[in-house]
Amino acid sequence: MPWDRNQMAERAALELEDGFYVNLGIGIPTLVSNYVPEDYDITLQSENGMLGMGAFPTEDEIDPDLINAGKQTVTELERTSYFSSSQSFAMIRGGHINLSILGAMEVSETGDLANWMIPGRLVKGMGGAMDLVAGVQRIVVIMDHANKAGESKLLKKCSLPLTGQGVVDRVITNLGVFDIVEGGLRVVELAPEVTMDEVHEKTEAAIVT
Amino acid sequence: MKKVYSAAKSALDGLLFDGMTIAAGGFGLCGIPENLIQSIKESGVKNLTIASNNAGVDGFGLGLLLQDMQVKKMISSYVGENDLFMQQYLAGDLEIEFNPQGTLAERLRAGGAGIPGFYTATGVGTKIAEGKELKEFDGKTYVLERGLKADLAIVKAWKGDEQGNLTYRKTAMNFNPECATAGTVTVAEVEELVPVGALDKMSIHTPGVYVQRIFEGKHEKRIEQRTTRAA
Repeated sequence: MPWDRNQMAERAALELEDGFYVNLGIGIPTLVSNYVPEDYDITLQSENGMLGMGAFPTEDEIDPDLINAGKQTVTELERTSYFSSSQSFAMIRGGHINLSILGAMEVSETGDLANWMIPGRLVKGMGGAMDLVAGVQRIVVIMDHANKAGESKLLKKCSLPLTGQGVVDRVITNLGVFDIVEGGLRVVELAPEVTMDEVHEKTEAAIVT
Repeated sequence: MKKVYSAAKSALDGLLFDGMTIAAGGFGLCGIPENLIQSIKESGVKNLTIASNNAGVDGFGLGLLLQDMQVKKMISSYVGENDLFMQQYLAGDLEIEFNPQGTLAERLRAGGAGIPGFYTATGVGTKIAEGKELKEFDGKTYVLERGLKADLAIVKAWKGDEQGNLTYRKTAMNFNPECATAGTVTVAEVEELVPVGALDKMSIHTPGVYVQRIFEGKHEKRIEQRTTRAA
């Protein structure tokens, strides 16, 4: 059985290490926060200017001055600090954030990432994604293995405009976990009952052993 | 020199002109200079270039300036929350220059700090780097981005004093400190204007040297995504 969204997020939580400062993208990556081991000390960064992001507020706690990068209301923690946008991206660009987990439309076998625009469609902007992939120490992508048309999203070369070149370290799909290595993708782990044959069949990118 | 004004309209008196560049603080609708935006709308000034992370929503924030086609160009990282913006953009009435969020923040910071350009790895190998100078440092490629200055910066702070010293509240800080430094003239609106000496001197985020005009205003503080958990 391939993994579902929650199982992909649960698997991605294994990428966390005690003491990490982490930036989570919007969508499935946000779910990773549900699977942080209790004895781990993890600090979530929100690129609009916050370290130490808490849960969503109760109705009584809602504060319009306290939102995350998805513009959602959130809460603060004892450890929280606030700072300006240039400071926020100094810690991202400067390599001080240990891990970012992001969604993607396409990833290439050389670690190129595309997740911000589809030519001919309305372009809304890249937000902080280009800065994150260029600056954060380790980039893990969570995405479905194939798009809605059933085509591989792990490609030899991205067809969409890039967010970053050679930036992805690891990809977690519904079929398994793949590392970007010399020559292509190395299979780290497969979801239950997923076979190598199925992976080969559903992957355009080169797979190395 | 007196920096304190009674309201947005008087604080903007003599500063606005067609074709000017404005840097506006805020992230989404959080920490935006609501009163100054409203007053710029009422002034009717046109052909504006606005550097702001986002473009507001329909009928609020910078979205107000789209209603009468006052904006010629936006310099932003993400504009997805505004239908009118998208209509004008698709019709060719509005130009957009996408900047990665951190690059936009650093461009404003650099502009305000007298740094005409800087190299960053952000955007290398993407459309963003096309036509820009690339340079290798220690085996890694970086792209040259320019510092960004504005004729006017409009910012919103929590508390400010009569000298223009500003303190922001929580994530409503965002781009406001950078914008404050990047304006040839900076106008700040605050929730609470306090006498000099009333702010904690060690908690001032924007020193008054960057702020030429200041006033106290009322703020709606609209929430864009109201997300909650059960109590």
